[in-house]
Amino acid sequence: MKEIFEILEQNARATPEQISTMVDKPVSAVKKIIKQAEKDGTILKYKAIINWPKLEKEDIWALIEVRVTPQRGVGFDAIAERIYQFPEVYSAYLVSGTYDLSILVRGKNMQEISSFVAEKLAPLEQVQSSVTHFLLKRYKEYGETFHLPKETNRRLPITP
Amino acid sequence: MLNTKSPATEARDNLISQKVATLPPSGIRKFFDLLSSVEDVISLSIGEPDFVTPWHIREAGIYSLEKGYTMYTSNSGMPELRQELASYLELHYGVSYHPEHEILITTGSSEGLDLVLRAIINPGDEVIIPNPCYVAYPADIILAGGVPIIVPTNEETNFVIRATDIEARITKQTKAILIGYPANPTGAVMSKKEADAIADLAKKHDLLVISDEIYARLVYGVEHICFPSLPGMKKRTILISGFSKSHAMTGWRIGYVAADHRFIQALTKIHQYTMLCAPTMTQMAAIEALRNGENDVEKMVQEYNRRRRFMVKRLNEIGLPCFEPKGAFFAFPSIKATRMNSEDFAEKLLLEEKVAVVPGLAFGPCGEGFVRCCYATSLPNIEEALRRMDRFVRKSRLRSE
Repeated sequence: MKEIFEILEQNARATPEQISTMVDKPVSAVKKIIKQAEKDGTILKYKAIINWPKLEKEDIWALIEVRVTPQRGVGFDAIAERIYQFPEVYSAYLVSGTYDLSILVRGKNMQEISSFVAEKLAPLEQVQSSVTHFLLKRYKEYGETFHLPKETNRRLPITP
Repeated sequence: MLNTKSPATEARDNLISQKVATLPPSGIRKFFDLLSSVEDVISLSIGEPDFVTPWHIREAGIYSLEKGYTMYTSNSGMPELRQELASYLELHYGVSYHPEHEILITTGSSEGLDLVLRAIINPGDEVIIPNPCYVAYPADIILAGGVPIIVPTNEETNFVIRATDIEARITKQTKAILIGYPANPTGAVMSKKEADAIADLAKKHDLLVISDEIYARLVYGVEHICFPSLPGMKKRTILISGFSKSHAMTGWRIGYVAADHRFIQALTKIHQYTMLCAPTMTQMAAIEALRNGENDVEKMVQEYNRRRRFMVKRLNEIGLPCFEPKGAFFAFPSIKATRMNSEDFAEKLLLEEKVAVVPGLAFGPCGEGFVRCCYATSLPNIEEALRRMDRFVRKSRLRSE
């Protein structure tokens, strides 16, 4: 079953028919597993990884380290939820180390991100401090590299 | 104007040895030239992994250069590598070799095969091989002064050489049986029962078995039978293998031979006069492959398996029946229904649909009627290639009606 998800993780457009052949299971069984996974949230969504710089329309991204005060009873979860519900927040993680939350923020320009930090994030009562790192270049995301040529043909056309 | 002479003239003039002048060129070579002239081809004719060597292995190679490991190693190969190999063979196949006396590191398994044949063959000795088989087997036997004795295999025997067929060809001159399973070009694997029968035969007739197990790690749903691990066979088996297929390291040229010390001693003698040692950088990378490469192997095997199932199913659907290959990364479908011979099929398919497969005839007379399709290429490539082959087969059926 895990194999089906591994295939979909690599290629969300793999059809149940293709997957069925690859894992040697009936199409109906594969369809059922996928349907169930979509229902119970094992599969959250099907998305494309876009190489935005290629379109020269790149948004501004920033990685923000946030130090927060955990709250009795709910730990970091309540403040994390306060933060990640902002649509500017693309991803959010609780991390170990010198800060607590690591969030990735997306904005149309630098102004948008700085006002998010100044007006939304920093004023929150539990937020002690934040450090903003603007993304300069993307090398690899979700296991995919952006800058290596995709399929370079290094092999001879025929070998024994 | 030396190069304008025909092979026969050259042989007569004694410029080129008769053995080499009369050696037929590889059937693959012929196809290579044609292939190079066509653009945008989807190639199913490549016999090597499409994966690049895993990064940590490449990094180990780079590190060795950085640190200046640029000198010769011991003739037999770096002691650490031989030690790792001994543990690896013990762990995977339960066969134990002494790292000092029973393992030789070679420049690819191809060198290993050449060394073995040169070390054991006296002029006129016969070596029994299956057919179809890897292109180098008969050629290397001839170059070593031996005589290749062909045992036909076919769909009926699942392309595995049978002990009874071998026995029928044993003569006073028979020296060894050379087998390679999982097999190139067919993808066939040998079962325990079939291997046992050959082992019994080797004991009965006091023959050597040379077992080329370069594809050992690429098996799907079956266990690889490591020939020297069969009872009583370690002392009469010479095991040849390498890292090319298991760890996607073809261009590094690194392999090994494991056998009784008498053989390794003889092989090392030739090796030290001809190759000295395998490249140092490559040996360092191989150590890393053995120490930390198991996950890579498993991942690649899983990926090959998905493609294999896909390709075999599609080949059968489009009317090119294909027995189930359980090893290596080849499918070997029959093209007899198209009423073309394998060379015509491959040539027409290339010119009309820009898909390259290798004619079965390149692997010996028993390969006629089949083509080799390699699934070590991306799934979208396989899909598109099979779509084109489907169209080609349907067209040719119309033409022949």
